[in-house]
Amino acid sequence: MSTVSGRTDSKAALPGAATRRSGPMLRWLGTRGPREFVLRWVVLFALFIGWELAAKAAESPYFPPPSEFAARAAELWLPADGTWLTEATANDVLPSLARMFGGLALGSLVAVVLGVAIGLSRRLGDYVDPLIQFSRAIPPPALIPIFLVLFDRGALMRVLLIAFGAMWPVLLNTIEGVRSVDVIKYETASIFRIGFADKLVRIVLPGAAQKVFAGLRTSLALGLILMVISEMVASTGGIGFHIVQAQRSFQILDMWAGILLLGVLGYLLNLVLTVVERRVLAWHRTTNREIA
Amino acid sequence: MLTANHLSHTYGSGAGAHAALADIDFTVEQGELVSIVGPSGCGKTTLLRTLSGLMRPTGGSVTFHGDEIVEVPTGLAMVFQDYSRSLYPWLTVEDNVRFPLRRLHLPKEELRSRIDEALAAVGLTGHAAKYPGQLSGGMQQRVAIARALAYRPEILLMDEPFASIDAQTREDLEDLVLEVKQRFSMTIIFVTHDIDESVYLADRVVVLSKPPTRVVTILDVPLPGERDQISTKELPEFIRLRGEVARLIRHPRDAQEPVAAAAG
Repeated sequence: MSTVSGRTDSKAALPGAATRRSGPMLRWLGTRGPREFVLRWVVLFALFIGWELAAKAAESPYFPPPSEFAARAAELWLPADGTWLTEATANDVLPSLARMFGGLALGSLVAVVLGVAIGLSRRLGDYVDPLIQFSRAIPPPALIPIFLVLFDRGALMRVLLIAFGAMWPVLLNTIEGVRSVDVIKYETASIFRIGFADKLVRIVLPGAAQKVFAGLRTSLALGLILMVISEMVASTGGIGFHIVQAQRSFQILDMWAGILLLGVLGYLLNLVLTVVERRVLAWHRTTNREIA
Repeated sequence: MLTANHLSHTYGSGAGAHAALADIDFTVEQGELVSIVGPSGCGKTTLLRTLSGLMRPTGGSVTFHGDEIVEVPTGLAMVFQDYSRSLYPWLTVEDNVRFPLRRLHLPKEELRSRIDEALAAVGLTGHAAKYPGQLSGGMQQRVAIARALAYRPEILLMDEPFASIDAQTREDLEDLVLEVKQRFSMTIIFVTHDIDESVYLADRVVVLSKPPTRVVTILDVPLPGERDQISTKELPEFIRLRGEVARLIRHPRDAQEPVAAAAG
């Protein structure tokens, strides 16, 4: 399935993807040492400084300097005055994250279960492949009107939209991962009379895990996108709502602060996934080193 | 103990049919090491798959203790040629060895002692916590052998287990097989393309023909039980046998007549 490899390759374009190669985690924000740290971050800092200077010179009300909206973001969402949870965090960030994680968890679970079934059964794969190719080609935001009709405007509708939209990379990668497990590994298990459940848990899932994580990485990015989009429509809370609302009420600083928050969240979530992946796939790094 | 009766297998049907096995007859007795050797492409994979019960033959049968094999029987284990494909890279060495024992529901102490004993037998004590990817090829195949040993099979099938291992390591592993056979009084079927290996290890050598595969002949190996990589291979008897096997593989027709007569 060439489409699958296309999807997995796209992970390289996501921020933090390169940290997969790094040594001690997080010591240098995911880089190998001070030298790489500087190389990695210097461009970003330079960009912000340039932006800062340009914005200050232009004095446009729509393009405030990054330092100002960063300060506004800190004021809105960083813990202060002895409380961990600011009002804005409780109203916007937490509901957003809850919906996104709910949607991602649901979508990934369904995708892994379906992916294993389809990956194991060629016949099932042949039956559902056109359906999958068609469904995943629909841009999920286009489904918002239908989802609104079906599930009303509550959290459920947003969770389901995220689940539906973000499940495809996990599904396609799981299918491919399961199909890539060597037949000799199953035959070895058959020789030792290992039952189906054990084969599933100890051969199929670990064998497909690397691909599943590649899918999760893409799904995470999609989940964040769908979270924001779903909150920009018929909503009363969440980060997406915050951004739209700020723009409509000419609180430009708040709007930019929201965008910054999304960038930071996306980066951090990807970092967390990277750490989890490294732990789960610790064995895989040993296998890449060819010594035989 | 294990008998192939007029075993045959044909892939496909009609014009595209490929007869891999034509007519295979032999018996392996308790405690014996029988090596199976033949020209490349002689259907040895098909043979092993039908002997082990992974696949049903299209003709004839395989019996184990007199019962026809219809699925993989208990008491049978196999070491595959390609250790990197047959080991589970996400399990440590110890967990790879433990994996087949899960279904046996052994008491904890016995599980422990079986794993330790198996790892010790192949010289891998101290490597239990490593992953297969951290070991050399020879060591990985030792893990696969330890896995089979801990399972305590009555009969062990080995499918060209040392084909992709360097010559010196290979000699060590051949001696390991002989040692294991002695120590666990195990019955072993050892498939190989290496004529020296087939004679050095075996009590009897089954020589196969090109497909459609038949048994060309079965040779007794009257070499002393204690074998040594250097001195055993210098014995006139060893040299005679390896020559004979080599000739049989190269020119099976010269030998086929008397065997057919003997079988009839």
